[in-house]
Amino acid sequence: MIQYEKNHKGCDMIHELTIKITGEAGQGIQTIGSALCKIFKDAGYYLFANQDYMSRIRGGNNIFQLRIADKPVYVPRKFSDIIIALDRFSVECHKDTVSPDGVILLDKKRFKIAEEHSRFVHIPMFDMARETGGDEQFVNSLACGILTGMIGIEDHFVVKVVKDTFSQKTDDILQRNLKVAKAGYDFSKNHLPQNRFSIQSGNFTESLLMNGNEAIALGAIAAGCKFYSAYPMTPSTSIMNVMAHYAKDFHIVVEQAEDEIAAINMIIGASFAGVRSMTGTSGGGFALMAEGLSLAGMTETPIVVVDAQRPAPATGFPTRTEQGDLEFLLHAGHGEFARAVFSPGTIEEAFFGTIRAFDLAEKYQIPVLIMTDQHLADSYMNIDMFDLERIKIQRHIISKEDSGLVKDYKRYQFTESGISPRAIPSWINGVIYADSDEHTEEGHITESATLRNLMMEKRFYKKMEGLSKETEKLRVYDVQGADCVLIGFGSTYGVLKEVSECFHQKKIGHIHIPQVWPFPLAEITALLNDAKKIIVVENNAGAQLARLLRRETGIKADKSLLKYDGRPFDLDYLLEQVEKD
Amino acid sequence: MEIKDLKSNDEIAWCPGCGNFGILNALKRAIVKLNRAPKDILLVSGIGQAAKLPHYTRCNCFNGLHGRALPVAAAAKIANHHLTVIVTTGDGDCYGEGGNHFIHNIRRNIDITVIVHDNQIYGLTKGQASPTTDPGYITKFQPSGVVLEPFHALEMAIVLGAGFVARGYSANTEHLSWLITEGIQHRGFSLIDVLQPCVSFNKKNTHEWYGKRVYKVNDDGSYHPEDKAVAFQKASEWGDRIPIGIIYKTDKKSYEENIGLSNHLPLVDESIENTDISGILKDFI
Repeated sequence: MIQYEKNHKGCDMIHELTIKITGEAGQGIQTIGSALCKIFKDAGYYLFANQDYMSRIRGGNNIFQLRIADKPVYVPRKFSDIIIALDRFSVECHKDTVSPDGVILLDKKRFKIAEEHSRFVHIPMFDMARETGGDEQFVNSLACGILTGMIGIEDHFVVKVVKDTFSQKTDDILQRNLKVAKAGYDFSKNHLPQNRFSIQSGNFTESLLMNGNEAIALGAIAAGCKFYSAYPMTPSTSIMNVMAHYAKDFHIVVEQAEDEIAAINMIIGASFAGVRSMTGTSGGGFALMAEGLSLAGMTETPIVVVDAQRPAPATGFPTRTEQGDLEFLLHAGHGEFARAVFSPGTIEEAFFGTIRAFDLAEKYQIPVLIMTDQHLADSYMNIDMFDLERIKIQRHIISKEDSGLVKDYKRYQFTESGISPRAIPSWINGVIYADSDEHTEEGHITESATLRNLMMEKRFYKKMEGLSKETEKLRVYDVQGADCVLIGFGSTYGVLKEVSECFHQKKIGHIHIPQVWPFPLAEITALLNDAKKIIVVENNAGAQLARLLRRETGIKADKSLLKYDGRPFDLDYLLEQVEKD
Repeated sequence: MEIKDLKSNDEIAWCPGCGNFGILNALKRAIVKLNRAPKDILLVSGIGQAAKLPHYTRCNCFNGLHGRALPVAAAAKIANHHLTVIVTTGDGDCYGEGGNHFIHNIRRNIDITVIVHDNQIYGLTKGQASPTTDPGYITKFQPSGVVLEPFHALEMAIVLGAGFVARGYSANTEHLSWLITEGIQHRGFSLIDVLQPCVSFNKKNTHEWYGKRVYKVNDDGSYHPEDKAVAFQKASEWGDRIPIGIIYKTDKKSYEENIGLSNHLPLVDESIENTDISGILKDFI
């Protein structure tokens, strides 16, 4: 039996809680969720928050789920300790997901629910919101007050966040929200059992609260990205929003392209002219970019492309998660050329990995892909402050000062490393030819077989050789002597880590791959040489990572744990699966 | 600067007698006339016979994908707005494969000059109909003749709000050179559609055919290219008489002016080594 900490009734102090706020689209589930995140963060809890929303603006059923703890947490749990249901449908959807000691808070009268259930706690939320705030719309702030009261958060944290949330609104609206939140808070104190859901704070107050997309956008800004062009596509769109929000402060141009084909060709144009450029999309948009990716490979133009994956084929589940594009990203684009593919697993890796992606793209003059998914893109965590000292931006171009000395420039000059010195148009006195046709060193079209061979060696072999010497280090936990090693890439990092740490009798290790291409062949082979059992964990149906591992190293995994229902692995699900073995 | 300074080492691969030679000469003359340094000029192209043109000059050249010259050109201009950016494209490249970019870059009104080598046929793929092939024209791929309505590029550009819409004729190099000069000097998106006989695959729209029909619209002092309704009518004229010249012209803010780029150092000249994001991290605390 594994020993992981659950919220047992009777424990002196519980270590974590899962809270679910659920209602229909348009009820402001996200507003209340964001407010709660800030409250818990200020109060020093570690938190993980994810949303499960439908591809619609009104109606349906949406969830904002928060997991708070006294130590870092990365993934959702299967059951919730407190569920706040804001409509009748939510009760039906989620009454079976409440934990054995949990409760569902609902407005029985409002939802016309006659049925009794041992977990139901009836609170006339809508009446209270109307009576204290004058309008039912304040039910959000009421819920916020009720929850924080139940958990025993000091009320000044609530007041601060409500004030921040509504600071842009009129004073009347702000005061009414404060009044309603207080009413909810007092209701908990007076009518709900105290201490049942009290949890100890992690005293983690010096933290950043952000999601994967925000981290990527901030990484791009820090890396000196000057041009971002994209066509909106869930779940990548918030990268563009964040870039646009800070564009003026950093003199960045963010341009909404007419389609993804334009987006990638635009960043190639901007990059050719000398600025660091990026685009972001999801699988369907990335499919449209495939030809442009090949163009970047052929013309040796550095670009960074983000694929925030969602379940496919075709439109798939627009708002959900999957890791089904791995093989696609490794091979996208006709022909053969060097590329790097990052697969960050945490907010920090998303941030620093993006900076690294820009550096590699420019150093090797190649396209670099950053593969995330909706789970990482949209989930919020509070994390340690970024160590900005780690960032060193170095340009890999002929500087403006040195450009005056350049004579008889050849854009594709043959070199030992395969990397030709890169001049910027108008900085040198000569001119630059770049071509998508096979070309000479000067950049003119050629049909020569000899030149073709040399150019392929330059663009493909030589660059890959250099790239494979500087791939990101694997993140490894307890692999030596482990009974079983779990392997994953991208957003599964958190669940692998938490699952490994839950086992005490059996030793479960894990390996997270933050850069899947070039494949970290030597490093992973050395680690897996004496592995007793290898399980590859992936959010897809094709066991793509397991196949890649076998193709590159000859190592065959003993088992694949796959999930392709559009939902991320939750801790309990993976625990169960690993426990079975 | 002289014409010979713009000569490239690359061997020209066009058919003898091709209309493209006239366009190449006209472009070189315009560059000499404007006295712009080749290092500050970027020619962008896609795929097709027109797309080879940048190789035959001594200017910066980005020869990209079929249909995708416009987004490359637009963003290069954004990255360095001191560059003079010119697109050399064809009727298939610009109006067919790249139609969406044609529409939206007119809307964007980026300050680039787009020269469309419009030979009303696909040359590089050997004679299929292009978006501008005259209805009824028989090809191997359209054995019963073309039935599609031609792509009315000039009317479309006027409707979409392009600030400079012109038509040239490759055999009239001097006139074309003047149009290109005017197009480059116009702030914003400039379209110059160039009638260009294809000596190999277009047996209808020949030098003789165009020669009998074209007339210079700006020779008529009573023609006002600022009048949108009149310009639209003129742009629609196609038959026994075909107008060449500046069909429509209006002053409007370019994209660069609209987003405030023009008053800035070009993006490419900004140093990025010391970008400090500590200030904005406060928004996430």
